[in-house]
Amino acid sequence: MATNILMPALSPTMEQGKLAKWLKKVGDKIKSGDVIAEIETDKATMEVEAVDEGVLSSILVADGTENVAVNTPIGVIAGEGEDASAAPAPAAEKALASASEKAPAPSAPAVPVQAPASEEIPAGTEMVVMTMREALRDAMAEEMRRDENVFVMGEEVAEYQGAYKVTQGLLQEFGPRRVVDTPITEHGFTGVAAGAAMAGLRPILEFMTFNFAMQAMDQIINSAAKTNYMSGGQMGCPIVFRGPNGAAARVAAQHSQCFAAWYSQVPGLSVVMPFTAADAKGLLKSAIRDNNPVIFLENEILYGQSGEIPKIDDFLVPIGKARVHRAGKDVTLVSFGIGMTYCVKAADELAKEGIEAEIIDLRTIRPMDTETVVRSIQKTGRCVAVEEGWPQSGVTAEIGMRIMEAAFDYLDAPVARVTGKDVPMPYAANLEKLALPTVGDVVRAAKAVLYR
Amino acid sequence: MAIAARAKTAKSTAESAAPPALTKEQELLAYREMLLIRRFEEKAGQLYGMGLIGGFCHLYIGQEAVVVGMQMAMKPGDQMITGYRDHGHMLACGIDPKGVMAELTGRKGGLSKGKGGSMHMFSKDKNFYGGHGIVGAQVSLGTGLGFANAYRKNGAVSMAYFGDGAANQGQVYESFNIAELWKLPVVFVIENNRYAMGTAVTRASAQQDFSKRGVSFNIPGAQVDGMDVRAVKAAAEKALAWAREGKGPFILEMQTYRYRGHSMSDPAKYRTKEEVQKMREEHDPIEQVGARMLREKRASEDELKALDQKARAIVNEAAEFASHDPEPDVSELWTDILA
Repeated sequence: MATNILMPALSPTMEQGKLAKWLKKVGDKIKSGDVIAEIETDKATMEVEAVDEGVLSSILVADGTENVAVNTPIGVIAGEGEDASAAPAPAAEKALASASEKAPAPSAPAVPVQAPASEEIPAGTEMVVMTMREALRDAMAEEMRRDENVFVMGEEVAEYQGAYKVTQGLLQEFGPRRVVDTPITEHGFTGVAAGAAMAGLRPILEFMTFNFAMQAMDQIINSAAKTNYMSGGQMGCPIVFRGPNGAAARVAAQHSQCFAAWYSQVPGLSVVMPFTAADAKGLLKSAIRDNNPVIFLENEILYGQSGEIPKIDDFLVPIGKARVHRAGKDVTLVSFGIGMTYCVKAADELAKEGIEAEIIDLRTIRPMDTETVVRSIQKTGRCVAVEEGWPQSGVTAEIGMRIMEAAFDYLDAPVARVTGKDVPMPYAANLEKLALPTVGDVVRAAKAVLYR
Repeated sequence: MAIAARAKTAKSTAESAAPPALTKEQELLAYREMLLIRRFEEKAGQLYGMGLIGGFCHLYIGQEAVVVGMQMAMKPGDQMITGYRDHGHMLACGIDPKGVMAELTGRKGGLSKGKGGSMHMFSKDKNFYGGHGIVGAQVSLGTGLGFANAYRKNGAVSMAYFGDGAANQGQVYESFNIAELWKLPVVFVIENNRYAMGTAVTRASAQQDFSKRGVSFNIPGAQVDGMDVRAVKAAAEKALAWAREGKGPFILEMQTYRYRGHSMSDPAKYRTKEEVQKMREEHDPIEQVGARMLREKRASEDELKALDQKARAIVNEAAEFASHDPEPDVSELWTDILA
C-alpha cells in the first residue's frame, strides 16, 4: 500500500517551511530511519527521517520549494512489489485539503505584518522587509559594532546560534568573548550579568524564555532594578533582559505565561513589548543604549512575522511612546505585543460593519504612554484593552484605571477588556484555544462599548 | 596554602604555622584600621539605642581582621562586594566615615543620600559595589564584577564576601561553576562567624569546612584564622595572585566570630556568654596586634592610646555630622529611580 510522506512540523509554532533538498530519488529503497530530505524552518535546517518502509515512488514537492505547509504530502512511498510509478494522487489531494484548514497553502507567502508610517520614520524612507527575528539580530549586531561594552549572554546564544535563532551569526562576527554561552543556571548568570552591568558593561541577557527568568527574579528586581535608587544615583545597571514571553503553541502551563504585568509593577525597570519588526529593531537598539535595566518581551509566534523596516543607519524607537497603528473614530483598541494581532484582525471585521476602530500599540508597558491613549479616547469615547496575559492586576486593568483617572469625562461607555482566561495554560489544542483571547472576543467587546 | 592546603591539611596549616610577620608600618596600619571599625560600630550601636539609626543594623565587631587583612593585599582597581554586614568593609575601602554614619541615620549627606540605609551602600569611586540585603545575591554579582575584569582584561580582581549562612544558597554554587568555567578573577571570601543569624553552622551545614565548598568545581580553597590579621593578609596575597594570574577563582574561609548579636535586636541566646568571653579574651583581632606591638616594642602604651583617641575622634565627628545633617529633601523621593 502506498503511503504519503507529509511535510512535518519541526517546532511548536511551525506552520510552513522550505523543502530544501531531497536526499533520495524516485525508485530508491527506503528503510525506516533513513534521512530522506532536508527541511529549512525559520530557525534551522532539519533532517527528515523516514518512518515507513518501501520504495520512493514519487516526489510531489520539488527541491527548493518554499512555504510548504505542514502536513502537505511531499512524496509517496510504495510497498515492496507495488508499482513504483503509481502515485496515489487522490490521497495526496485529500491530505492537502485537510491540512489547508490549519496552515496556509504551499504557495502563499508569509503575510507581512503591516508597519504603518510612524513619526520615527521620515516620509520617503526606503523600506526593507525582514522578520522580527532578523530585526532583533540586526539591532544587537549594530549596537555591538557601535559599543565595545555591549555583549550577549545566555543559554545557546553562541554555538547553537540561539534557541530561537535570534542570535544567529553573532558568534561568527563578534567571537566568544562577546557572545557568551552560559550553563543552565538562570539565577547565577543573571546575577553575573547584573554585576557586570554595575561595573559598566552593557549586557544583553537572553532568557531562552521568560518563564525561566522566574528563577532569577531576585537578581532582576532586587539587584538590577533597585540599585540605582539605593545608591543615591551612583550605580546604575544598564542591562537588557530579553527573550520570548507569553504563550507559544501547545507548550502548556509552565512555558506559556505573559510577564508584562509582573515586571511593569516595578519602579526602576522599563518594560517593552514590540509587535512589529520595525518597532522590535528600533526599541531594542534604544533598550541597549538605555542606562537602566530594560525588560524586553518578545514572542515566539511573532519571530517569523515579516514587516517593513526603514533603511536608516541608526533607526531608534523611543522607549515609552505608544503608536497609533490604525486610525479610526468610533472605538479605541489598546494593546501591545502579540495582543495586537487580535486587534488588527478585529478592526478589519469591524470595518466590514462600518465601525472604524483606532488601534493603539503601547509598545512600552512601563513607562506607559497614557497621553496617546487618552488622546484617542477624546476622539472615540470608547475603549477596549486587549492582552494575552491573565486578567487580575493585568496590564489592561492598569489601562482601564488610567483612563478612568485621566479621561473619565470623555467616556461614553465603561472601558472593556479582553484577556487570556484566568487559568494555567492547558495543553489540549481545544482548551488552549479557549484559554486565549480571540478576534471574536475583541469584536464583541468593541460592539458592546458601542452599544451595538 | 595554595591548592595543597585545601584538603585535610588546611586546618592544621591555619592553626599551627605562624603567619609571616608584618612590618611595623603594616602592624600600625592594621591596628588603626581595625580600631576605626571597632569604634565606629560601637558608636553605631549607641546611636541605634538612641533611636537615631532605624531598621536593621548589623555590626562587624569581632570580625575586623578579615576585611582589614584582605584590604592590605588588594591593589587599586580591585573591587569589593558584600552582604548586609557592610560598615567595616566600607571603612576599610577608605570611604569617609561621615558618609557611612549619615547613611545609617538616613540623612542627606549619607553615601546613598539616605535612601539606602545600613544594608545598601555603594561607592563607585572606591570600587565598593555594596552593601546587599538579600543573602547570597552579592556572590553572583561579585562574580559579574570578575566577569567585567576578564572582559576588559584590566588585571583587577573582585572580592566577593559572604557568610556561612549565604554559603548554603544555590546561586553561590551557580556562581562557583561559572567563575571556574570561565576562569574569572574572583576571590570568594566566606566569613564564617559560626552563626547564620541564630543557627549554628553545625545545625545548617552538611560540609562545615567551607574551604572545600568549591571542590566539585575544582576551585582551590583554604581555611584561615580570620582573627589574625597577619594570616588573613598572607592568605589574601596568595589567593589574589592566583586570581590575577588568570587561574580562576579562589575560596578563602575566614574563621571568625562576631561579638554582638546578628542584628541590634538579637539577644544572642543561642550561644553562651562564656563562648563570647573566651573569643574576646583569647582571640580578639585588635588586642592581638596591640599586644604584639607592645611586646616587640614597636609601639608604647601611650602611642596605642593616642591611636585609640584618634579613632574615637574620627568616629565622634562622624556621629556628630550624622546626627545633625538634615534628612534628604522630600524631592529625593522621586529621584534616582532611573539613571
